[in-house]
Amino acid sequence: MAEDLKELKIELSKNGIFTTTLEELYNWGRKNSVWPLTFGLACCAIEMIATTMARYDLARFGAEVFRPSPRQADLIIVSGTVTKKMAPQVVRLYNQMPEPKYVIAMGACAISGGPFRDGYNVLKGIDRYIPVDVHIPGCPPRPEALIHAFMTLQQKIEAQSLSGASRPRHLRAGLPSEFPVPAFGEHGLEPAQNTEVFLAEQGNPLKVIQ
Amino acid sequence: MTALPTPEELKALIEAGVPGSRVTIVPNGSPSAQHSLLLDPAHAQAAAYFLRGHADLRLDYCSLVTGVDWPDTATTEKIKVKKLVDGVEQEVEETRKTQVPGYLEAVYHLFSMEKKHGPVILRLRTANRTGDTHLPSLTPVWRSAEFQEREAFDLYGIVFDGHPDLRRILMWEGFVDYPMRKDYVPPADDILVTGVNP
Repeated sequence: MAEDLKELKIELSKNGIFTTTLEELYNWGRKNSVWPLTFGLACCAIEMIATTMARYDLARFGAEVFRPSPRQADLIIVSGTVTKKMAPQVVRLYNQMPEPKYVIAMGACAISGGPFRDGYNVLKGIDRYIPVDVHIPGCPPRPEALIHAFMTLQQKIEAQSLSGASRPRHLRAGLPSEFPVPAFGEHGLEPAQNTEVFLAEQGNPLKVIQ
Repeated sequence: MTALPTPEELKALIEAGVPGSRVTIVPNGSPSAQHSLLLDPAHAQAAAYFLRGHADLRLDYCSLVTGVDWPDTATTEKIKVKKLVDGVEQEVEETRKTQVPGYLEAVYHLFSMEKKHGPVILRLRTANRTGDTHLPSLTPVWRSAEFQEREAFDLYGIVFDGHPDLRRILMWEGFVDYPMRKDYVPPADDILVTGVNP
């Protein structure tokens, strides 16, 4: 059925009639104006800044407006090492963003702790506390890698359906849009990980050894 | 640039200038041969004021403060003891274990902006690693030591007496461990296995 509709759509467009669905129109608008949060943590932030400047020009993707307030941002790019002391603030910023909101974990540190993962003060991946949509490896990733991650995010937004069982978290009643802010404990952050960050059907990519 | 006195000369200068102080030279066997001066904690602050104020030394700049953790070590040695075995005195070999208690060390690197020489390296050692970890603060002598002494307090647990604002600087208040000590064990939940679904 869907294939038939697609063919019909193509056939109509050949005759100068443009058809679309509300879902496509809505997602097309959303994916082309993703406003990131002005937020950087370490050397990856320098690459993120380079991405926005003239040579790489993130404005081509409608994302040149870095908002100084999480209330106006759609995307948080976790660019750099998240220390345990910084992690609660990152989660709090995420919580203050309105839905629908997206997270890009940029660089080895943000996705896993990177070269500092054996350190006492580094969080082993921001996906312990907030749901990450796109992970970018690299130390630091080049601007092209960030642009690729951005395009991946755009594809993800485009594919989101507004109804049905596979609709995203922000369209499901009862699912959280805020996640608990970890507290400073005697030996580390408490809790060390929020296992409910990822939706059940996505599976939890990480398992903690007890 | 004036030539810096040798460690032996510095030791003699300090011991003459600060009555009652004891200075031990800790040799550095590497090619850099940056030998350091081990001060006794009781006279450390007076010796620091002396080094800063001495007309030929003028060590007015403390560029670095760090901590070093020397854990407890056990040495075993075999010694021959005379013992009565079945009524006959015999020489028996015994192994004796000696526990060498560890200590924490604070290291200071000093330079002179005025005389353009340095470094002079000072060391201070605590009595042990767990109970008495107090050392005199040299922040009153060199203001630049303030944050770095706080760092040594934070990461090694060296308590600097006389420090104006001794709080944790990198870790948060309420953190109880000293992460740069050799026996520090990070929380078990810091270890992750990837790609496994629970």
